[in-house]
Amino acid sequence: MKYLSEFRNGEIAQRMAREIRQVATQPWKIMEICGGQTHSIIRNGIDQMLPHGIEMIHGPGCPVCVTPLSLIDKALAIAAQPGVIFCSFGDMLRVPGTDADLFQIKGRGGDVRVVYSPLDAVELAVKNPDKQVVFFGVGFETTAPANAMSVHLARRRSIKNFSLLVSHVLVPPAIEAIMSSPENQVQAFLAAGHVCSVMGYWEYPSLADQFKSPIVVTGFEPLDLLDGIRRAVIQLEKGEHRVENAYERIVSYAGNLEAQQLLAEVFEVTDRAWRGIGVIPKSGWRLSDKYRAFDAEERFQISGIHTAESPLCKAGDVLRGAIKPAQCPAFGTDCTPRRPLGATMVSSEGACAAYFNYGRLLSAEELASAGAAHAQ
Amino acid sequence: MPNNGTPDFSNWSCPLPLRDYPTIVMGHGGGGKLGNELVEHLFLPAFRNPALESLGDAAVFELSSGRLAMSTDSFVVQPLFFPGGSIGELAVNGTVNDLAVSGAEPKFLSASFILEEGFPLPQLAAVVNAMAETAAIAGVRIVTGDTKVVERGHGDGCYINTAGIGVLRPGIAVGPSRAQIGDVVLVSGTIGDHGMAIMSVREGLEFESQIRSDCAALNGLIADLLEAVGPAVHAMRDPTRGGVASTLNEIATASNVGIDIDESSIPVRIEVQSACELLGLDPVYVANEGKAVFFVAPESADHALSALRAHPLGREAARIGVVTAQHPRMLVARTPMGSNRVIATQIGEQLPRIC
Repeated sequence: MKYLSEFRNGEIAQRMAREIRQVATQPWKIMEICGGQTHSIIRNGIDQMLPHGIEMIHGPGCPVCVTPLSLIDKALAIAAQPGVIFCSFGDMLRVPGTDADLFQIKGRGGDVRVVYSPLDAVELAVKNPDKQVVFFGVGFETTAPANAMSVHLARRRSIKNFSLLVSHVLVPPAIEAIMSSPENQVQAFLAAGHVCSVMGYWEYPSLADQFKSPIVVTGFEPLDLLDGIRRAVIQLEKGEHRVENAYERIVSYAGNLEAQQLLAEVFEVTDRAWRGIGVIPKSGWRLSDKYRAFDAEERFQISGIHTAESPLCKAGDVLRGAIKPAQCPAFGTDCTPRRPLGATMVSSEGACAAYFNYGRLLSAEELASAGAAHAQ
Repeated sequence: MPNNGTPDFSNWSCPLPLRDYPTIVMGHGGGGKLGNELVEHLFLPAFRNPALESLGDAAVFELSSGRLAMSTDSFVVQPLFFPGGSIGELAVNGTVNDLAVSGAEPKFLSASFILEEGFPLPQLAAVVNAMAETAAIAGVRIVTGDTKVVERGHGDGCYINTAGIGVLRPGIAVGPSRAQIGDVVLVSGTIGDHGMAIMSVREGLEFESQIRSDCAALNGLIADLLEAVGPAVHAMRDPTRGGVASTLNEIATASNVGIDIDESSIPVRIEVQSACELLGLDPVYVANEGKAVFFVAPESADHALSALRAHPLGREAARIGVVTAQHPRMLVARTPMGSNRVIATQIGEQLPRIC
């Protein structure tokens, strides 16, 4: 199977878009949870292909965007310490903390390194026994197994100088929080395919029932997304609310049981603050008692951090869908991808950054209506 | 020259007395006997030409009358050796290409080395020999140079600066501000090869098939193109750091025009595309070292494309877009889905995404 071409076939995409236009008889609001899907929708212009009434609402599924500021400040404080090698995925490096970002810490002499896998950070710890190696383990259920494996290996191999700064967040509690919000307008969800490849989708039927909302497990290629949207619209039109799997080539109902077993051993559920949204009960993971010794927050007693969000930044309202990016007074003026005030302007998965780039093509009027379409 | 990323120095024989010092020592930059030996036994044999041989404080040479172009660039790539080339090839081709895309015929280069104490001499010899071979292929002469040595820990093995002088071709007026509405945008071949070759070695990423740098001197290709369509070429540039996206954005801004490109027409090797997908990168932002983009008057575009394809470095040349009066200073791509997206200039280096 040629994943790079077959799921990007323009003709089939146009056909699927036509089908959605034929099926849709009224406006629907569908949220894609995952930032990777937001990225693909914007990059491939999927939103431009949909009929006018079908509105995609970008969910809080960008791990870079929802990692709380207090934790980023903690990361900066740890990374600035002598004798520390601080490892992170690339796109966390530009996320602004209260006073700096990881790039600036690196410029001031901090040993900050981009790695592609937390296991690389474990190897760094082995090679640098006189240093403390910390991996910034953020993300949803997708990145969790590799992070879990890193502390699992570190514990088994008695690697004492490795630790994990954890801020894992979970999708089902986020869906519940969004649907329970009085201002919610979301009518259907595209569940994140890669999250489900790990977790399966057995957690979703009860949510679909509770909120009478279709949930379609969806992939990331243009045809995957169009298929997910198509199935959601068909269900909405029929008044159904089932969980469907539109990503069968990757996702099974049960998910990756081995990974789930490891996750259950390494992590325990905890309340978690989502940047811009606030604390969602039982919405995240932290290291379990057995692995607590590898928790960077325990190992580095960081005190005296002053954490303050920019008073201008409305990223929280954007993440909740309460305003569109262009309605933020700082959008495009005080806040640009070059000088981001909030995380949503940093990551290519962030709604503000996506609008900043995409919006340049549109007139102010078009931008306002596109913004309205995307942010309720 | 080693090309597989793991240089083989086993066959390199060092003429006495360089053998006394298998690595660079501070004295090699001290202007004394050791430095002279480096010149005499390494640089001179490799780069040999009359202007260099006089070993004066400055190279003296003659150039045909006319307008001259001059460019300089510094090279700090890590690793020094990578699939498809080394810092040596880059240092020569980088300056040659900067002159060539300015419409000049590159003639003479300078080469300055900043070496770190402890840098192995066989590696320096491999770099120098790569420069000599590359200069010969490009038809330029390295006529003057300098060597400095910094203490261990103050450098990264080997840094190189090159500067070059070229003679502008008469009748050719190219520049980033000269793109005109209606111009056709051509690219000389596949994009992203160099950046992904470097990244795969630097990060120890293992892909099924090795990605090789496209590092090459473009002056021959550009000479053929200008021979064929001459003044119909309005702008050209080699899309190095920041990739094709940054170069096209620069030209759109400098010329105050919009550029529309068709994403599916941009040639990208399947292995480069795959590696980019894996890391969450976009090949339009990835560096090239042997490619150029051209803005050509529409009536000459077909002829220009044929001329490019007739050259070994342009076989995969393609027509990727047009210059438009719409959306000035913006680069807009038609996606394979039939939708449009703005391709903005990257803020800094492209960062691999979390997931």
